[in-house]
Amino acid sequence: MNVTALKTTPAQPAEPPVAKVLPLPAAALRSQWPGKVKDVLLTMVLPPVAVIVTLLALWQLALSGGGASLPSPLEIWQQSGDLILNPFYVTGSQDMGLGWRVLTSLERVGVGFGLAAVVGVLVGAVIGQSVWLMRGVDPLFQVLRTVPPLAWLPISLAAFMDSRPSAIFVIFITAIWPIIINTTAGVRAIPQDYRNVAAVLRLNQFEFFFKIMVPSAAPYIFSGLRIGVGLAWLAIVAAEMLTGGVGIGFFIWDSWNSSLLTDIFVALLYIGITGFVLDRLVAFIGRVVSRGTMT
Amino acid sequence: MSYLKIDRVVKSFPLAGGKEALVLNDIRLNIEMGEFVSIIGHSGCGKSTLLNLIGGLTQVTTGVIKLEGREVNAPGPDRAIVFQNHSLLPWLSVYDNVKMGVRKVFGGTKTRAERHDWIMANLDLVKMAHAADKKPGEISGGMKQRVGIARALAMEPKILLLDEPFGALDALTRAHLQEAVMDIHARLKNTMIMITHDVDEAVLLADRIVMMTNGPAATIGEVLSVPLDRPRHRIALASHPEYIRAREAVLRFLYERHRFVEAAE
Repeated sequence: MNVTALKTTPAQPAEPPVAKVLPLPAAALRSQWPGKVKDVLLTMVLPPVAVIVTLLALWQLALSGGGASLPSPLEIWQQSGDLILNPFYVTGSQDMGLGWRVLTSLERVGVGFGLAAVVGVLVGAVIGQSVWLMRGVDPLFQVLRTVPPLAWLPISLAAFMDSRPSAIFVIFITAIWPIIINTTAGVRAIPQDYRNVAAVLRLNQFEFFFKIMVPSAAPYIFSGLRIGVGLAWLAIVAAEMLTGGVGIGFFIWDSWNSSLLTDIFVALLYIGITGFVLDRLVAFIGRVVSRGTMT
Repeated sequence: MSYLKIDRVVKSFPLAGGKEALVLNDIRLNIEMGEFVSIIGHSGCGKSTLLNLIGGLTQVTTGVIKLEGREVNAPGPDRAIVFQNHSLLPWLSVYDNVKMGVRKVFGGTKTRAERHDWIMANLDLVKMAHAADKKPGEISGGMKQRVGIARALAMEPKILLLDEPFGALDALTRAHLQEAVMDIHARLKNTMIMITHDVDEAVLLADRIVMMTNGPAATIGEVLSVPLDRPRHRIALASHPEYIRAREAVLRFLYERHRFVEAAE
């Protein structure tokens, strides 16, 4: 309340003589700006803040009676607040801020998802060119894509004999299916007109891929990538629980074994926010890249 | 030996059940260099198929199409096509749409600066140089079609193929673009083949009008010469006896002898 009150004061000058001296445009500009900020605060920030505060209050009320098996928000803050306040501290090989752990997990996701994106788009582009091939592989892909990420882990561990490549492979194999399937759909949807243009210009396969196919299929490809990055982030946490090492997933498992329930809640917050940021990031890149693709 | 020779061309498409749909039958047509030919006929008579055959986008079933004595069996920039729905790539600017073809055709023979001048010269020719940096989504339908013409011309084709280029435009815009095409033809003296279903457009623009019979198995019914002097002005021509005679001949062909019969389905 205080903040908004302060910001609106220039709109209503307290002393009339000052208003006379000031040039009109400057005064108008000044009164406009805080007004916009106020609008944004009211329409964009207020609703989620109000909902979160209400939910935290309900949570606190429900679990503060004593004897509850789960911690209340205040307990989480008291016991694990330092994890929220200091994301980047290092005091030992297994005692470091959650920011570092998230970054370690993100690095694995980056490698696994990056591979899935490159391979997925290339494979999708090839499959999309051939109706026969598409009919052949579609049932296979539709079955494989429903396999849960963790089901791949034993096979992956058996194949790589090491936890790091196994975790990356699980991300790769989880994220690649929506990317392939969407790229294929995008390539099938390239209008015949664009193919005719490419034919008249005698574009080779390479030029066709970069100049026609990728821009034309970009909206499809990026919706595939967006689904893929979400799945990759789901998979990394699960995979790290089993493979160990440094990472946000292993941290949850470690906290469970050490009965640090409140730490797990903080970790969930980190995971959720990171997943949200990843999703928005891919969506943003997609918007930039496929700008102008739609008419 | 004529410039473009279409000799006994037959085109059929395979149907389900091993049957074949005969679309074009025994097409024979010779076109001279610098000639403007209009192809007119009712919807579904295979006009576009014929143009696609010349463009090389589809292959003849039997017969042969020769350009300067060499067989045409694949698409190429020597036979540039102006498509009915402009077919500009929406993610490229007007300039880049034209540049794509120019780089492909003149990449080895013109320097970067020469290519830039050539692109701008062609945009200037269709009076679109002012919109070089616009995206196709930001310009009107008539403007898009102008850019489509510039893109085709910039490839310096031996033949310019126009597939009902103004069909989707309003009458006034269409008239403007017809003037633009006549102007370009007068300046560059290039060979043009234009598909249309507009009788006035055919008579106004063409040296010869190729009239096609109705499909299936459509063929050339009649070829009419239009011996009108150029430059032609639509208002002056409106009362010109030769223009009226040509117009009447096309109308008679289309609506008396080869009236479009709704398919009995």
